Amino acid sequence: MRELWQFTKLIRSKNAGPFELTFDIIFKDRESFDEVLRSGRLSSETVSQLYGVDRGQVRFSAIEELLAVKISMPRRVFSGDVMDTDIYGGQFHGPLVRLPIDVG
Amino acid sequence: MREKLRAVAATGNLSTGFREESLRRSVDEGATFVGCDAGTTDSGPYYLGAGVPRGPREGVKRNLYLILREALRAGIPVIIGSAGHAGGRPHLDWTIEIVRELARANQWHFKLASIDSEVDPEALLEAFRRGKITPLSPAPHLGEDDIRQARRFVAMMGIEPIQSALTSGAQVVVAGRSSDVAIYAALPVLEGIPKSVAFHAGKILECGAASVARRLYPDCMSGELDQTGFTVEPPNPDLYCTPESVLAHTLYENSDPYRLVESGGVLDTSAAQYRALSARAVRVTGSRFHPSQKYTVRIEGAALVGYRSIVVAGIRDPLVLGQLQNFISGLRSEVERKIAANLRVAADAYTLNFRVYGRNGSLGDLEPLSQIGGHEVGLIIDVVASSQSLAADILPLVWHTGLHHPIPEYEGLISNFAFPFSPPGIDVGPVYRFCANHVWELDDPCEPFRMSIEVL
Repeated sequence: MRELWQFTKLIRSKNAGPFELTFDIIFKDRESFDEVLRSGRLSSETVSQLYGVDRGQVRFSAIEELLAVKISMPRRVFSGDVMDTDIYGGQFHGPLVRLPIDVG
Repeated sequence: MREKLRAVAATGNLSTGFREESLRRSVDEGATFVGCDAGTTDSGPYYLGAGVPRGPREGVKRNLYLILREALRAGIPVIIGSAGHAGGRPHLDWTIEIVRELARANQWHFKLASIDSEVDPEALLEAFRRGKITPLSPAPHLGEDDIRQARRFVAMMGIEPIQSALTSGAQVVVAGRSSDVAIYAALPVLEGIPKSVAFHAGKILECGAASVARRLYPDCMSGELDQTGFTVEPPNPDLYCTPESVLAHTLYENSDPYRLVESGGVLDTSAAQYRALSARAVRVTGSRFHPSQKYTVRIEGAALVGYRSIVVAGIRDPLVLGQLQNFISGLRSEVERKIAANLRVAADAYTLNFRVYGRNGSLGDLEPLSQIGGHEVGLIIDVVASSQSLAADILPLVWHTGLHHPIPEYEGLISNFAFPFSPPGIDVGPVYRFCANHVWELDDPCEPFRMSIEVL
């Protein structure tokens, strides 16, 4: 079993404005991109569970020409609200880094 | 109307700087104008709410000095967007004052336009009542009371107010809250470059050198725009763009990889082609622009929530760490009782938040790992109350109670918190929240924006 970061050259999260979060995952090469997508582990479903957001609110795009996946979702706590923990949204990707990927 | 023109982004944010020689080179290579974004909502609602610019003033002044010096030497326009970080009136005034100081000190003479984007609540209320204000998703609730009670609103301008300043003959345009893209698209569109090209180039340029393959430090970026596409190339020979680096930047900070919603339409980059022209330059073609039926501008607002006081403390005792959740919930009950009894403050007049670094400080209740892996945690006790004096009264009651809060394993008085500072508590000041994620439908794209011109 490998982990997501072993397939990628970049995993990041960031605000897309104060009300949304977006994750960019850029893969090392074509094989890594294909393996992870084929595993089905990196999906709207996974993200919905990890971040407590309805699956219908998670937008998942695979960008072939960049060997990248982009995932966007609303913030449950808006940037800067009293209970916010991450104003820039720069550390929300943490739980994805060691996501187990079973390439079968 | 020009066949081609060259847009230069001094850097991604006016406060962060760039290499002086990069700017000089890009201007010498035939820049048509120099732009720079000075703001963002990334650092939260405080700056908009408090009307405070995010400096440092001397840094912003130095960068403005270099930009103005190079542009005036070449006789080309300068466009600064989202002045003073949040683009409200105090932020604009602060920036304009710096420009005036520089002009006086260097005996520069030019026509200066400032574009005020702060929205009078009455004007917003009137638009609200006419049904012209609609929420994006997700959005905080915004009603008439919210509009009246908010500290400040700004409207985010598109290209038109900047174009209006340029056609009035201004050489230096300092704009309040602006779309990042509009800073770079306004002049090219005025000169006949298609919006599909100008808006996409604007998106790539707005972060300065962020679209290079390895960004070593903040720096300038140069883009040559023509009728069919644009070419980006960093003026600094140590930096280079690749098709992947430019495409990757199109994704940055956008929720949708191919659609960028701007005032006046949507930039669609789904069919864009990125081609290396050299080891450092990338040509981009094939983007499209779909004009929208209604012209809307985004509204940003900040409302006062309360005042914050915090204390920072370390916890190193393994027995306390072993029962931290119970320790904190027991402490919370005890201090809530004391606050009600001693300070006569109702529970809804304040919020008390224990932020535990080493457990879930970064993610809060989204943290999937429940175990504390390390030998210590950093605790921030965070109190937000309706006045600073109330927050400052509640805080020591919390930390002093926590300091000696008992655990079953020990008899006698214990001290649980390692405070690094004296006084342990810090008054942080006012706390704001973003109170609008809405758009305003306009008949005239310049309607909420007031331009003034002065000759320096």
